[in-house]
Amino acid sequence: MATVNIRINGKKISKEVSDSTILADFLRDGLALTGTHVGCDTSQCGACVVHLDGISVKSCTTLVADCDGSEITTIEGLASNGKMHPMQEAFKKHHGLQCGFCTPGMVMSAVDLLQKNKNPSELEIRDWLEGNICRCTGYQGIVAAVKDAASKM
Amino acid sequence: MANLVGARIERKEDKKFLTGRGNYTADINLARQTYACFVRSPHARAKINKVDISKASKAPGVVKILTGEDLAKDKIGGLIAGWKIVSQDGKDMKIPPHPPLAKDSVNFVGDHVAVVIAETLEEAKNAAEQVNVGYKIQKAVVNTADAMNSEAIHEGIDRNLCFDFLLGDKGKTDEAFSKADKVVKLDLVNNRLIPNAMEPRAAIGDYNPSSEQLTLYTASQNPHLDRLILSAFNAVHPEHKFRVVAPDVGGGFGSKINAYAEDVVVAWASKKIERPVKWVAERSESFLSDNHGRDHVTHAELALNNDGKITGIKVDTIANLGAYALVFATVTPTYLYAPLLLGLYDIPTACCTVKAVYTNTAPVDAYRGAGRPEATYVVERIITEAAKEIGMDQAEFRRKNFIKKFPHQQCLIHNIDSGNYDAHLDKALELSDYKNFENRRSQSAKKGKLRGIGFSTYLEACGIAPSAVVMSIGAGVGLWESAEIRFNATGNISVFTGAHSHGQGHDTTFAQIVGDKLGVPIDNIDIVHGDTDKGPFGMGTYGSRSVAVGGTAIVKACDKIIEKGKKVAAKMLEGKPEDIDFKDGEFILKNSNKKKTIGEIAFACYLPGTFGDIKSPLPEGVEPGLTETSFFDPSNFSFPSGSHICEVEVDEETGETKVVKYTVVDDFGTIINPLVVEGQVYGGVAQGIGQALYENAHYDESGQLTTASYMDYTMPRADNFPQIKLDYTSTPATSNPLGVKGCGEAGTIASPPAVMNAVIDAVGTDVSMPATAEKVWKALKKNGSKKAAA
Repeated sequence: MATVNIRINGKKISKEVSDSTILADFLRDGLALTGTHVGCDTSQCGACVVHLDGISVKSCTTLVADCDGSEITTIEGLASNGKMHPMQEAFKKHHGLQCGFCTPGMVMSAVDLLQKNKNPSELEIRDWLEGNICRCTGYQGIVAAVKDAASKM
Repeated sequence: MANLVGARIERKEDKKFLTGRGNYTADINLARQTYACFVRSPHARAKINKVDISKASKAPGVVKILTGEDLAKDKIGGLIAGWKIVSQDGKDMKIPPHPPLAKDSVNFVGDHVAVVIAETLEEAKNAAEQVNVGYKIQKAVVNTADAMNSEAIHEGIDRNLCFDFLLGDKGKTDEAFSKADKVVKLDLVNNRLIPNAMEPRAAIGDYNPSSEQLTLYTASQNPHLDRLILSAFNAVHPEHKFRVVAPDVGGGFGSKINAYAEDVVVAWASKKIERPVKWVAERSESFLSDNHGRDHVTHAELALNNDGKITGIKVDTIANLGAYALVFATVTPTYLYAPLLLGLYDIPTACCTVKAVYTNTAPVDAYRGAGRPEATYVVERIITEAAKEIGMDQAEFRRKNFIKKFPHQQCLIHNIDSGNYDAHLDKALELSDYKNFENRRSQSAKKGKLRGIGFSTYLEACGIAPSAVVMSIGAGVGLWESAEIRFNATGNISVFTGAHSHGQGHDTTFAQIVGDKLGVPIDNIDIVHGDTDKGPFGMGTYGSRSVAVGGTAIVKACDKIIEKGKKVAAKMLEGKPEDIDFKDGEFILKNSNKKKTIGEIAFACYLPGTFGDIKSPLPEGVEPGLTETSFFDPSNFSFPSGSHICEVEVDEETGETKVVKYTVVDDFGTIINPLVVEGQVYGGVAQGIGQALYENAHYDESGQLTTASYMDYTMPRADNFPQIKLDYTSTPATSNPLGVKGCGEAGTIASPPAVMNAVIDAVGTDVSMPATAEKVWKALKKNGSKKAAA
């Protein structure tokens, strides 16, 4: 067991966790932040992507015990003051989601891309999103959304 | 206001998903909840000697362990095949027992043997490992083509044959073939796929012993049907005390149609322990136990004259059902397949046989398109070969054989009401810049790439389905749809539909239809679905039926609202109902400036009297309230069609194939929301490209699924696709008042042959799906380099 002090979506949290607790489970079961989804068991699908100290990580393969002292942002923390993040707005505008299951991870991943590359090409967007699987959209609306968000951020 | 239908409106449901406030089954946690872990067979085929739970029962946290014996003791029924198929010899199909927990034998890796219920998931998993199952392993039957020559896996089912189905006129077809100038022959394999909705299946049973109410939360495409099956066939609980909720569902593609073993078991187990029982599939469980799709082995022949006119088609298919027959498993390779082998061509004779076989693999059922992609793959591949053999242009050969006049009675079942196939082909040729293809081929060759082009002009039968028709050919249910429009006193509307949205955007599309019909702003309309306690019984969403059937039920319920509103308005406006016009949300007395808004009428219906300023006595014989229900049963299927043109580049050194250009022109009749429809097409095409180039469910000889994770089963990813070009033509359907034809499956139906025809054009020799780099590279080596020729 270990005590971890984390700031999640701006809120300080101090909790006792077992050494094997996975961040995705901790968010979903421990904090009822069910926006982070678990879509596979091999760290392939990307539905669980959150930001750890501003960088996108797959929360299904991150141990909470390793997150002590860090800042975590989940999909629930992306909008501010009731206003959706430009990336969220762009996904809506370009129909970048259908069933919504991969969406939180997809959006968090895309936001990180724009932090690293302010004006990515279509190829760069597709390449970056290779770690997030969507079964509904064929990625076309998603790619359009990321391009559009880049022009607004 | 009447301009919502056809408008590109952003989806009402998006915000909750984008902000992490969706509510999927796995997100639901109930007081006193327990966790279920299934003990699954590690063997493809075995007799069960014993299921010893003594050690596992003593493991920490275990609440209950249930086995097939317990299930039999409680007389819980088996899982069902919902559609009866009759063989050529007049005998009924053969269905093996399919208990939700196996008692005597297991028949695929992942088959359910026992369930362990514990206080935590970890405890349930740990205890499950201690359940000692004694298996006597038997030789597995895995291969589709060999199944009939293998040992029978189910008692009393000779040759593992479920049925030997025939559709068409064998005599006439043989005659056409004997007179033909040319016969083209083709052997094809339609590869087995795993649907892979991104939300793994999940189910929570919640029994309240005091009220005797049972609630099942489940990731289902059709909660009403799930309740009906669990109640009527599995005898889990009486229907009137049984609520099934399918909340937000993360994709389905057919894999969430079935009433699954897990649904039955968690619902039943919750009754036994009087606590909620929650199960969430891990992805590996989804791979093993979700229904798979496709898996056909086919021989096809096409008869034609020297002038390019097709005179007949003959198809013999072996369809792999897997270990058991599921709800739509038997109709998928028969009535949803065989009639579509005619495509959108005027082919005067046809004959198709389908032998459905059992094997020790996961059960196969409807997967996006269900039968129609398999049929389209056959017809579009053989048409392409035929055009090549007689040296006609791919587009012109198709055009020559298109159905030209409507309605058109095909020689197999379908009467096609409307279409204009030249129109979408012309548009697709233009949009894809077909005339300059050879230039692009030369450009690619300069980069060391082999470029190929492939066509697929498809027809599908959607809007599933007219009950009278489907019940006459074996359906166990009618496939109508329901709707209820509940006008609230304050003027806003709740619409209850029996259709179910798991990504299709019904909250928006249906609201657009109601908004136009009743003249109410879209934000004042809420669509309610997915809960058997809320709306009327409905059949759910599959077969591109939601708008064609469910949307029409909504239109009809709106008509009833308007009808009643006219009577109420007539009284208030001192006229006759026949003198009231309804337009843009207002009831207007003819030849006057007197009118009432629909909101005022709704208010009056809830306050039927006179008090102070309120003067709204209802006319005699008119009941208070403003709620109307309608059930719609279509008169015919709807028939979307379209032209897809695909161009690929193949790397000669590596065999890697990339789709570099993809053009779609679809005729879906009326389009309600282009934004939503585009999404359906893009997603469908991506799944079809996935089948053609990447995806394959593979079992080894012992029946182990060797592609049971995303490390081994290639899911298409963002970098596998180009931008898809999309446009429409429109000939409205005549079988529903909206004129809609359905768009959900078209992409998946049309694209595999378009891609494969392009690959084969590039490589110059046959390649089977999926055209992986390895296969293409081998084909190139075998065929010799085409580089010089290009």
